[in-house]
Amino acid sequence: MKILVIEDDIQAAAYMAKGLREAGHVVDHARDGTEGLFLAGSEHYDVLVVDRMLPGRDGLSLLGVLRATGNDTPALVLSALGSVEDRVKGLRAGGDDYLTKPYAFSELLARLENLGRRRAPGQQAPTRLAVGGLELDLLARTASRDGRPIELQPREFQLLEFLMRNAGSVVTRTMLLEQVWNYHFDPQTNVIDVHIARLRQKVDKGFDPPMIHTVRGAGYMLRG
Amino acid sequence: MARLRLFRTTTVRLAMLYLGLFLASVLLVLWMVYWSTAGFVTGQADEEIKSEVRTLLERWQLGGVGALAAAVAERSARGDADGIYLLTLPTATPLTGNLSSWPPEASSDGWVTFDVRERGVDGDGSGKADARAIAATLPGGFRLLVGRDMRDVDAYADRLEAVIGWSLALTLALGVLGGMFMSRAMLRRLEDVNRTARAIGAGELAQRVPVGSGGDEFDRLATTINTMLDRIQDLLSGMRHVSQGIAHDLRTPLTRLRARLELALMEEQGPADPRAVLEEAVEEVDRLLATFRALLSIAEVESGAGQEPAIPVRLDELARRVAELYEPAAEIQGVALSVEAAGPVTVMGNEQLLAQALANLTDNAVKYTPAGGRVAIAVSAESGRALAIVADSGPGIPTEERERVVKRFARLERDQALPGSGLGLSLVEAVAHRHGGRLRLEDNAPGLRAVLDLPVA
Repeated sequence: MKILVIEDDIQAAAYMAKGLREAGHVVDHARDGTEGLFLAGSEHYDVLVVDRMLPGRDGLSLLGVLRATGNDTPALVLSALGSVEDRVKGLRAGGDDYLTKPYAFSELLARLENLGRRRAPGQQAPTRLAVGGLELDLLARTASRDGRPIELQPREFQLLEFLMRNAGSVVTRTMLLEQVWNYHFDPQTNVIDVHIARLRQKVDKGFDPPMIHTVRGAGYMLRG
Repeated sequence: MARLRLFRTTTVRLAMLYLGLFLASVLLVLWMVYWSTAGFVTGQADEEIKSEVRTLLERWQLGGVGALAAAVAERSARGDADGIYLLTLPTATPLTGNLSSWPPEASSDGWVTFDVRERGVDGDGSGKADARAIAATLPGGFRLLVGRDMRDVDAYADRLEAVIGWSLALTLALGVLGGMFMSRAMLRRLEDVNRTARAIGAGELAQRVPVGSGGDEFDRLATTINTMLDRIQDLLSGMRHVSQGIAHDLRTPLTRLRARLELALMEEQGPADPRAVLEEAVEEVDRLLATFRALLSIAEVESGAGQEPAIPVRLDELARRVAELYEPAAEIQGVALSVEAAGPVTVMGNEQLLAQALANLTDNAVKYTPAGGRVAIAVSAESGRALAIVADSGPGIPTEERERVVKRFARLERDQALPGSGLGLSLVEAVAHRHGGRLRLEDNAPGLRAVLDLPVA
């Protein structure tokens, strides 16, 4: 993916760019809002990382201008402001995702890949998802692996659907909590791990090879 | 200097303004009294003169000059009266009357005022005309002057003026004194507030504004300020408590982290497994950040920063979703988790915060309940209150500890070994406060019953 990082902290931006390049992405860096707006408007990017507090033009107003000019490149807002209200403001201004500083790099990477994927080819919303031998019928809400039906609770179905849509990419616990449960807080105990363990029982037990993998220090990944 | 400052105070300025207005109205009233009284007395004198003239002219018509002269002579003889009479021959020679000569001011007929140079006094020295009279020329050249000595009337008016003057002076003096006295009294009470504020500014946080027994606006102000000071003191002691908590709960892991990294640096050939050291360090930092985040969100909830408009939130649905989130975790722990709601229960507020509060209570209940136990979440509404109750069959919290465990970083002695930051219940309480409710910790006999008591929408 081609990623534009708009961040005034040069060192933080350098770390971020290094990490993203190691993950195989192409990274441009803008030091302030004006430069960021110019680059985002003149080049094609798959995803933008926008720091909320920027010299020149703040991140949210930059997004406002971009969206007003019809540019809908997915954008992740980075901010030191982490309250529920700040998040709502960030998303309302045109952000597609919101991450509070300090963040884990694995979290940032997983979210950027998820954002880049969202934009991928504008085909019709699929009614079926298939990864390897795993199939999900989104209309009938049924699941099967290698032709054998799997019984899933509604929430397990949502969980599996999100994993399948992001197949091959890491999804973090926070992403699952946000996307599947719509909770934007830290539930202390690793409740998500237990849900995944349950899902694994149904999806991987008695099948080969295992499809739901734990990525240490990051989250989970579904692979065919 | 002190006097100058006194005049700059609002109360004194207000008192002076009021005094000015009061003086102006007193002046107006006194002027009206003077004008009507003095005018009445002068008018009365004029009426008397006119009636005398009429009477004397009747005498003349009836009995001619002789009768007139007799009447004038008879009236002039009344030594005690104020009447002035003079009848002259056409040659201007006085015929009869109590004036020795025709006053030069009365050259023509009609009303005239002049100074009386006889009758014992040569004018009153005031430059004011002493007498008022009507001059008339009779057929045949006789001239008649009928008038009144006005010195008594003038003296009356003078006296009135003097009284008015004194009254004004007295009013002014009393007004100034009263104004000063009242301003002083007010300033003294304000000074109480000032002194307290200065003392608190200087660090004596326990100082309070003295409250009188009158219940007047100053007492109300004092009470309000004292309530505010109590709240500030609470917040300050809360902050002190938090900084102690931070000192302990953040410093300990930071020390551990530093020691681990330092140790790795000290090893000669570098640590045996540098990855493991780094991974442990990252985990430690993550734990620190989680604590830090929890502290921040409590602070944000408490300060109500950027309060977004409250929206209706279905507490019963929230409870079901939270139960669903924790159900697998409870199952692994061997704890039966149930949720029960009689019907829809709606409160106004922030859904995320309320969900987090319920999640924290459920998290605690599941974490502390041993295998074979149960956790029951119940949502109900009764008499305007929405209740979300999380009851468990765990070890509970001793009565004397219930107030303390809500404080930041407070944990029970027996739980020190279990993971946890000691911030969960603090957040629940902060959320309850923000929604106009409270968190009650009760005995579930056995276990703990945490009641989130909120006003129903």
